[in-house]
Amino acid sequence: MTVEEIAKILCEHFKGLQIEVVPGAKNAVSGIQTGDPAVIIPAEKIREICNTLKVMDQFAFDCLSSLTAVDRKDRFEVVYHLFSYKNRHSLTLKVNLPRGGNQPQRGVEGEAPSGLAGGGGDASPSIETVESLWGVANWLEREVYDLFGIKFDNHSDLRRIMLPDDWVGHPLRKDYKEEVDYHGISTTRPALLQ
Amino acid sequence: MFTLRNQLPANLVTTKVDDLLNWGRASSLWYMLFGLACCGIELMQTGGPRADLDRFGSVPRASPRQSDLMIVAGTLTYKMALRTKVLYDQMPEPKYVISMGSCANCGGLFQPAYSVVKGVDKIIPVDVYVPGCPPRPEALTEGLLKIQEKMRREKFLVRKDAAA
Amino acid sequence: MAELRTEEMLLNMGPQHPSTHGVIRFVVKTDGEVMSAAVPDIGYLHRSIEKIAEKATYNGFMPWTDRVDYLAAMNCNVAYAMAVEKLASIEITRRGEYLRVIAMEMNRIISHLLAVGSLGMDVGAYTPFIHALREREKVNDLIEELCGQRLTYNYARIGGVIYDMTPNWDKKVLDFLDQFEPLLNEFDRLLTDNKILRKRLGGVAVVTREDAINYNFVGPNLRGSGVKWDIRKDMPYSVYPELDFEVPVGTGEAGSFGVVGDCFDRYMVRIREMSESVKILRQCFERIPPGDHLVKVPKKIRPPAGDCYIRTESTRGDLGVYLVSDGSDKPYRLKFRTGSFSAMAIIEKISRGMMVADLIAFIASLDIVAPEIDR
Repeated sequence: MTVEEIAKILCEHFKGLQIEVVPGAKNAVSGIQTGDPAVIIPAEKIREICNTLKVMDQFAFDCLSSLTAVDRKDRFEVVYHLFSYKNRHSLTLKVNLPRGGNQPQRGVEGEAPSGLAGGGGDASPSIETVESLWGVANWLEREVYDLFGIKFDNHSDLRRIMLPDDWVGHPLRKDYKEEVDYHGISTTRPALLQ
Repeated sequence: MFTLRNQLPANLVTTKVDDLLNWGRASSLWYMLFGLACCGIELMQTGGPRADLDRFGSVPRASPRQSDLMIVAGTLTYKMALRTKVLYDQMPEPKYVISMGSCANCGGLFQPAYSVVKGVDKIIPVDVYVPGCPPRPEALTEGLLKIQEKMRREKFLVRKDAAA
Repeated sequence: MAELRTEEMLLNMGPQHPSTHGVIRFVVKTDGEVMSAAVPDIGYLHRSIEKIAEKATYNGFMPWTDRVDYLAAMNCNVAYAMAVEKLASIEITRRGEYLRVIAMEMNRIISHLLAVGSLGMDVGAYTPFIHALREREKVNDLIEELCGQRLTYNYARIGGVIYDMTPNWDKKVLDFLDQFEPLLNEFDRLLTDNKILRKRLGGVAVVTREDAINYNFVGPNLRGSGVKWDIRKDMPYSVYPELDFEVPVGTGEAGSFGVVGDCFDRYMVRIREMSESVKILRQCFERIPPGDHLVKVPKKIRPPAGDCYIRTESTRGDLGVYLVSDGSDKPYRLKFRTGSFSAMAIIEKISRGMMVADLIAFIASLDIVAPEIDR
């Protein structure tokens, strides 16, 4: 199934939700599509939509191939790559999260956005975990938390995975500043020729 | 003493105590397996069949307490740096360190990285630096021979803080 | 009779260990020899390759892709080059494709040799490891003649490969393949038919088919659990559609205690894949066309703003490259999704109730390398 067909069936299932399809990048000269199209879904419905995508026979997305995030300067974009061994099709899901935590997110009209409370007073964006659907999401989400600072609600063990536990900052953000030293080991090396 | 000149048979060896001890120490340098990254694979190949480190008396040991040479082969990250210091302290004296590869010498290819220590000599004292990315087995063998040269010049029994 | 009070031990299989493949740490809670949990702790080789990608140009980033998985460096080079070529719509020549495939399959052979050799060493058989190193040396010489390096090749470029093969190089490789095939039988005699190895690996750490898909196992690990999936056959890229080879699958063949998805299956899949790679190499040398090996690309490559996700079959499984471009000459975000990362995620679940020695066999059969996990 193509991405557009999947998005159409999702729109019929989840009436009222803002689900849009973003076409892939196009070559400026020839007009051929070279990038991948993606489906953008609202953040607070991620778990239900992923459940539908996994369980329904026509989709049968039994494998979460990759989970990562991109720091666009005004927002975070969490990207899910799903794949189905049964039907041999793949899908890219994108979710937009605001950079600070306590701001309303795109959601159903009249309903309080559920992704607000993540992080409390420290402005970390947050989103629901999909760990119960795909086991590999446990580690992938820990990596995104470690490197971007995005919190995953109801995750069983959200702590840093790649960096030491007492590291300050989230390095893959675009505004990350490196510390001067770590436990007394300085981060620069003096030039050989003064 | 001069009556003994040219009198002893040919199968008798005379030497100084220092030379004898240094020869014994240098000919059985046991190194600790500390392959961290890509240079670790070249370390294994150097211990392998073609460029054989065993012919110099060097066998790999897994534990720092049984080794007197630490070949830091690969990139050192901040998370690993604290453990490296612990392992270095666990080695018994006299101990030597070879820094193998660009990443261990100065951070190497990963100078722009935020999580890499720019050189293992920020943490432990290094005796020989072997450049390369990764160094060929011949280069590492040369590094080992330089350590042996260094050992042969040492006065093993004299206290280090005594006046020369 | 008085009850003995026993306590659980908390052991540290620390980052420096002869049997973990690289710097990985396990915190092991054991009751005697039987574990109740083995929690992996990674990040000791996190070299921030993804952050460096945002500072380097597309052309200049190739050396860092070698270090993502240094045992399969050609595969990582080609995967990154393919992602950029797809997004920037650059077509490469047929000769360039064939040279890439030849380099990747030779890399597959030596990577599997090391995996199988170190599996033998971890389980207690020291000799096959030295045999594997001996064969690796021969292939290292051949690859050194091709591209100048023994381990981190930096061979592929955006637009093809940097060097063509030297005269008579193909004859040397075919001579090597002729003497390598009987050596695989030698491995079989030393390891595969060895009763001790079958007992150590058969029935140990069984990963069922559902678990393998749920935890995103890829490559020989997935095929060892009975799923017949190989990206070279099922989502083919490059010149793989024209080549004829089989995809081995695990069948629970470790004698009477073998179960589909145990360590022995994963080991056998790797041995069989080596002979399939030899087949592929022979076909490539027959079919390689003359021509150019590198197309001219602009000095500053600027792909259109957007993203793409490429999957290739590296030696450890499906290496996914997710590339986000914003129209400038440096990548905006580059992510490598590696097979070893997902293989580590399942260790905590499967290791409950296993013995410590079986954990070593499990890690060795998964063929994980530390830089792939940490990048």
